[in-house]
Amino acid sequence: MIDPADKEPPVDEAPSAIDRLALSQRAGGVVTPIITALIAFMVGGLVVLASGSNPFSTYKAIFNGTGLDWFFRFGHHHIDLPFTHQRVAFWWDTGSLAASNLQQTLLLTTPLILCGLAVAFAFRCGMFNIGGEGQYIVGSIMAVWIGSSFLKMNGPLHVILAIVVAAVAGGLYAGVAGFLKATVGAHEVISTIMLNWIAIWVGSWLFGLGGPLQSHANGAAVPVSNDIAPGAHLHVFWGDPILQGLHIGLFVALGALIVYWVTLNRTTLGYQVRAVGFNPEAARYGGIGVARNYFRAMMIAGAFAGLAGAIDILGWEFRLAVNDIQISNIGFIAIAVALLGRNTAVGVFFSALLFGALLNGTSTRNLDPTIFRPDLASNLTLIIQGLVVLFVGADVLVLWIWNQRRRLRIRGGAAPAAEAVETP
Amino acid sequence: MAETPVLELRGITKRFPGVVANDRVSLDLMPGEVHALLGENGAGKSTLMNVLYGLYHPDEGEILVKGEKLSLGSPKDAIEHGIGMVHQHFMLIPVMTVAENVVLASEPTRGRVLLDYGEAARRVRELSERFGLAVDPSAKIESIGVGQQQRVEILKALYRGADILVLDEPTAVLTPQEAEELFEVIRSLTGQGKSVIFITHKLHEVLEVADRISVLRRGKLVETIARAGATEETLARAMVGREVLLRVDKKPAAPGEPLLVVEDLHVVDLRGLEVVRGVSFDVRAGEIVGIAGVDGNGQAELIDALTGLLRSTSGHVTVGGTDITHATAKRVLDVGMGHIPQDRQHRGLVLQFSLAENLALHDYDKKPDSNFGWLHPRVLIARARALLRDFDVRGGGPMTRASALSGGNQQKVILAREIERNPRVLVAAQPTRGLDVGAIEFVHRRLIEERDEGRAILLVSLELDEVVSLSDRILVMYEGRFVGEFGPDVTEQQLGVAMIGGTVKEAAA
Repeated sequence: MIDPADKEPPVDEAPSAIDRLALSQRAGGVVTPIITALIAFMVGGLVVLASGSNPFSTYKAIFNGTGLDWFFRFGHHHIDLPFTHQRVAFWWDTGSLAASNLQQTLLLTTPLILCGLAVAFAFRCGMFNIGGEGQYIVGSIMAVWIGSSFLKMNGPLHVILAIVVAAVAGGLYAGVAGFLKATVGAHEVISTIMLNWIAIWVGSWLFGLGGPLQSHANGAAVPVSNDIAPGAHLHVFWGDPILQGLHIGLFVALGALIVYWVTLNRTTLGYQVRAVGFNPEAARYGGIGVARNYFRAMMIAGAFAGLAGAIDILGWEFRLAVNDIQISNIGFIAIAVALLGRNTAVGVFFSALLFGALLNGTSTRNLDPTIFRPDLASNLTLIIQGLVVLFVGADVLVLWIWNQRRRLRIRGGAAPAAEAVETP
Repeated sequence: MAETPVLELRGITKRFPGVVANDRVSLDLMPGEVHALLGENGAGKSTLMNVLYGLYHPDEGEILVKGEKLSLGSPKDAIEHGIGMVHQHFMLIPVMTVAENVVLASEPTRGRVLLDYGEAARRVRELSERFGLAVDPSAKIESIGVGQQQRVEILKALYRGADILVLDEPTAVLTPQEAEELFEVIRSLTGQGKSVIFITHKLHEVLEVADRISVLRRGKLVETIARAGATEETLARAMVGREVLLRVDKKPAAPGEPLLVVEDLHVVDLRGLEVVRGVSFDVRAGEIVGIAGVDGNGQAELIDALTGLLRSTSGHVTVGGTDITHATAKRVLDVGMGHIPQDRQHRGLVLQFSLAENLALHDYDKKPDSNFGWLHPRVLIARARALLRDFDVRGGGPMTRASALSGGNQQKVILAREIERNPRVLVAAQPTRGLDVGAIEFVHRRLIEERDEGRAILLVSLELDEVVSLSDRILVMYEGRFVGEFGPDVTEQQLGVAMIGGTVKEAAA
């Protein structure tokens, strides 16, 4: 040990350097996603401009379509307290058009949170799960199958059974990719993409012409499943159940965010996942089974996506058509959600809300055709999604721009003397 | 001064966010001079040289080459003014020949399109003869040794017309004999009017080769002195800022029973080559056994096989009588083996983890760290706080990320983790690699203390003076076998001969 007598006096600049570094990293953690999103919206605005519309009024219209303007419309309204017959004063009007728009946004946010977690959890273990879509479809199929069978079952039990089976199926499905990586080192990007196609085409066959799960009610012509039992519907707690109100699946998604955080940060399983994700060699040296963790993390990731599929079916879709399977892209948008949210629970929540709002705000139902052509509007979502993925990959670039900006400010303000020395 | 300096750095200041890497540093370099730049890791040596080479733009200051101002922040301008740099990590293309590598980016051409191989080889041969850098211009880089590759790097700089050569830690990868040859090359270069800046943290090299010595500490120039007035002790004090014990103080070992016993171990590496070919030895309680050798002679694989990270093909390993020949890494840890890995950033630490999490790397799944899979962060933090204090880790608390610490403090964290588990056998692979004098002193003292506590310590190091000063017995490894066993009184020359495959008899002669 070093004798206390010859210890140097504490260097006063050292801790402040570390503090500042940590602060800038933390700031960068929030700042870069926000800048990323802003840049994406700016480029999207240029696209709007090129198509002959005004980007400001277009974005305003999209914003109003999302229902997020609901939060800014205060007034004197009333709300029913749950489990009682009382009405109490409330700032917002729960029955307005904005409210119903917001319900639709949150309906889309719910599966995006869960699929976003599916991508994020795999990321934290050092894997890129492109297969959220396939896992989501497998979950949907299982939920339809369980939901449209066992018609006499007790409602809540039926819901729980469908959800559990869907989550397990999604987990096992993703587990295939994890197993292949753990045993023969097959890259998860390739195997999950392939598994997506298997899920899409097996699903198409199941509900397609003459498939085993196709509904016989309309004859064999319509490629759609049977409806799930009414008892297996998730309870709608806000809005009209007939007009696709908001169901309690939202709370499942919010709960999943908490489970995600707690699992990663407060369990030995999460410790292993993060160690393997950050540095597999150090994990191996520390006695952690790297291959086993790849397999397990992929299963957990798949369970989140499978859960998303079940909640969409039980919450508002109630049936699955071949068309639904083939045009669904929740699992792909979820990649942008996880990337923009930096694989943190809070980040995934906000980026899922952003993308849910975008999807809803640009839908043909919500966007005024005189402001922006609705058939182009949903492409705008895809453009912004693509730009986000692009810019998140280039977050070094974004940070650099941020630092340039700061340097310019320093140069402009505080260091004219240095400039003078440099010029000969 | 009678002569004008060939290079002058005036008041160079380079700030990084929160750190002043160079604080008004001024240096000059005379024609034909070797000027050593000495300092601990993080003292700002590399930053200063990157400023000189134009890779960094300094915040303040100016650079003059032969009285002419250098435009800052431009490697192109630096090269045109005759500054050449040999980096610690070589930048050569393995599948190309020596001549092709040397002329790269300014090739002699025939008809402006085709590379003129004959001309390239001729020019390279001419240069290498002139400066005594014997290299075969037609050899492929991948087929020549590290010492030769370094010469190619020097040739590259000379080919581009360098008069000022910056050598960044050039001896880090060389055997003692190769280092001696490098010093000859440096003398031949300066004899012909070239000037050399020699960056190092090894004191005896400085005294051997430098004309003047500048010492940097925490970004500031402490002093510039002539070699004549310098000793290892004064230089070390200038570097660290306090008195340093350069020689390791230790009592003679009192070895007890053998705790680590290895019998006829064979290991095949990932490429399928047998890299450990029948190794037998034991390490007793209370002694340090050192394994010396040139890098890549099977030391790394031997350690991996002992610690359960690589499966041996045959042979036996026991720790305190328990067989761990094919045990997993986890089992090896639990039987009572500690392992200070060679590569602390890629293996020893999860850099993104906090120190508390890193300190729990082996025991996170046992009580009291966790219970039924539930982690107890408070226990982790409380234990980390105590360990960081006991091992004098500076620069952060339990919640600091490991990446924020200096190399020496990172190594202390690893030491703390491995020693706290009270292992019977401690395997230390290059425990002081890349550390500065102060941290090396700490690690060495701690290893001796652990020896005196009765642990069996296996030390593997590429630094000969480290092996010699710490070990009670020394084994020399060459091409997967032990080719000699020496006592602690062996000379570095004897070891050097054995390390390149010479027999003990030759060494004695």
